[in-house]
Amino acid sequence: MIAALVLYALLGGADYGGGVWDLFAFGPRARAQRKLIAEAISPVWEANHVWLILVIVILFTAFPPAFAAIATALHIPITLLLIGIVLRGTAFTFRTYDVQRDDVQRRWSLVFSIASIITPILLGTILGTIASGAIRFENVENGLVTSGFFSWLAPFPFAVGFFALALFAFLAAVYLTLETRERELQEDFRRRALASGVVVGLLALTVFLLAQTGAPTVRAGISRTWWALILHICTGLFATSAFYFLWTRRYRLARVCAAAQVTLILLGWAFAQYPHIVEPNITITSAAAPYVTLQLLLAALIAGVILLFPSYYYLFRIFKSRSNAEGVR
Amino acid sequence: MDDLLAARSQMAMSLAFHIIFAAIGIAMPLLMIIAEWKWLRSKDEIYLTLAKRWAKGTAILFAVGAVSGTVLSFELGLLWPAFMGYAGAIIGMPFSLEGFAFFTEAIFLGIYLYGWTRVPPRAHLFAGAMVALSGALSGVFVVIANAWMNAPTGFRLVDGKPVDIDPIAAMMNTAAIPQTLHMILAAYAATGFAVAGIHAFMLMRDRTNRFHRAALNIALVVGGVSGILQPLSGDLIAKTVAKTQPVKLASFEGQFQTEQAAPLRIGGIPDEQAGVTRYAIEVPYALSILAYGDPHAVVKGLNEFPADVRPPVAIVHVSFQIMVACGVAMMLVALWATWRYLRCRRNQKWLDSKWFLRLLVAAAPLGFIAIETGWTVTEVGRQPWIIYGVMRTSEAVTPMPGLIVPFITFTVLYIFLAVITVWLLLRQVAASPHAPDPIAKEARVAA
Repeated sequence: MIAALVLYALLGGADYGGGVWDLFAFGPRARAQRKLIAEAISPVWEANHVWLILVIVILFTAFPPAFAAIATALHIPITLLLIGIVLRGTAFTFRTYDVQRDDVQRRWSLVFSIASIITPILLGTILGTIASGAIRFENVENGLVTSGFFSWLAPFPFAVGFFALALFAFLAAVYLTLETRERELQEDFRRRALASGVVVGLLALTVFLLAQTGAPTVRAGISRTWWALILHICTGLFATSAFYFLWTRRYRLARVCAAAQVTLILLGWAFAQYPHIVEPNITITSAAAPYVTLQLLLAALIAGVILLFPSYYYLFRIFKSRSNAEGVR
Repeated sequence: MDDLLAARSQMAMSLAFHIIFAAIGIAMPLLMIIAEWKWLRSKDEIYLTLAKRWAKGTAILFAVGAVSGTVLSFELGLLWPAFMGYAGAIIGMPFSLEGFAFFTEAIFLGIYLYGWTRVPPRAHLFAGAMVALSGALSGVFVVIANAWMNAPTGFRLVDGKPVDIDPIAAMMNTAAIPQTLHMILAAYAATGFAVAGIHAFMLMRDRTNRFHRAALNIALVVGGVSGILQPLSGDLIAKTVAKTQPVKLASFEGQFQTEQAAPLRIGGIPDEQAGVTRYAIEVPYALSILAYGDPHAVVKGLNEFPADVRPPVAIVHVSFQIMVACGVAMMLVALWATWRYLRCRRNQKWLDSKWFLRLLVAAAPLGFIAIETGWTVTEVGRQPWIIYGVMRTSEAVTPMPGLIVPFITFTVLYIFLAVITVWLLLRQVAASPHAPDPIAKEARVAA
């Protein structure tokens, strides 16, 4: 499940970022920028979106009480998230098939990009609340939420939300440098990648500071254990090298580093929270479905992966190989 | 409106919206690949144009289907957390498999839509076939989960908690095969008829258009074959319901008294207060025969069951009648089409009757009406249970107050989406190519 979450962040997240840059497309090359974003996303759009669905179904098959608890306590932000997802998904497709006139296109773009900004913030907020330990229960068995429906209205979850947004924007800009061979466009996205990278760094610091009061257990997990330190050093290394490669215009390496950086951030979060699914009192073991279900689910996951990855790879090879070859100089 | 009703309304509205796009998402790829396959075999460009056109429509509808499906997967937890907490371990399995099937569908749809010039023709057709197959499979998995709610198996209840969970047995529940068969056929029949109706309408305005003729041919074969098979699967499902949910069968039929040699009621309005179904045409023995294969079989009536386990009979009975009526009408149209085709096979004139085309246009919405009413029948017919005989819907609902707000928000959002989708599709249809058919033209001139 963590794997699916990571992949959703890496691939779907980049699409969100694309939406963000779509809104901020400006200057003489605004139209070319938009076109590039659309071309990069369209073929892989639906497939990337499915990662989120996988996260959900795995959550409710493997950890039913956790799903019930999260869905109850975070009813409001999840509902808003859904509206965001609906608007993004449809606006994007409608834009492709609607009249190719500028004003019509711009209207869909606006919907698409605003939804693309709000949705990752909400996604981050939801994860932040789960990590913060603000959701409390009478007991896990009956899933009765005692902390009410507004536990997500706190500084820490929102900081995580903005952090997620910045991270997605950073990823998208890095990926997009490889999607074009026009030097000017590439430069545009390089500048954006660098700028958003700085924001990511600043927000990471904010999140870390807020965690002290906002999510004490996770913060402890991050800062005390020995593996956390290694993880941090690696994350930092990847982040700086992503920056360095962007600076020196070695985009392929920058992409690898940026992806690794995001993966490590998510893994670090997962490890810090382990063994809890929902802080502070739902653990993996207390929420797990019976053994036989987990076994079958695992079997299905393996079979699915064997079946899916070649196809997914094929999809990416078809649509991404050409632009990659052109992107390298 | 209380929160339970708001939650049920939101779920019902989301499902009613999604089911249309889901059904089209199952059936449209089949039409697409038949067209593409005919193009590969005959090298007739008209079929290529057709496949591409249909693919465009599919892309729009698929996007709406995908997001509304995502919404549903969340809503299961948002609205019915107790249900998911209870049943997730038992029926999460088909949902996970559905996730994978949907994933496959999305990947290959990407290849199909954007890969016309990038992959070899055979690989492209294969991608289309994968879309059609995985689309049907995801439908199967979701309906299996619903079938389990009607016929829960694969666990034992100890102190109100499920133990000895066996997800495979849960998927193999008695309702699974009849229900999935019925739904998949419904998707093919409804989409086939709707597409045929659209092209029949265009053909009425432009009689010699080969493009619409080709389209109508394919759509009618898919819709017609499933339309003829559908009543058989309906019979299978009714026999299962008679065995596993007798109270539901009684509501289908508006059967209040337990009766030997029960008649089949056609039409009629059940009066729950008085416990009778009025104004129905009664066909003697027919219900006993249909449900149990024996004219003298005893059919249990609603009065056998306490009032608090009966579904709202009037809604179920009326929806059931509408569904059956649409199904029968579609079967008759399909039979007439078959007869016309066989009679006029040689001279290609079987599509030239104005009345036949008009009838096809009129029949276009029937399949989707049947799907909506059919879903109402199975869902409302299961009430007051969310898991039949195990958990009541009122026990499953979230404690969240003010559920009317998301209900109204999503309703407005969906209406907006529906309007735009229809408008975009109309534009696609209106821009259809002109392709006069020389043979048909000559034939008409000669006539």
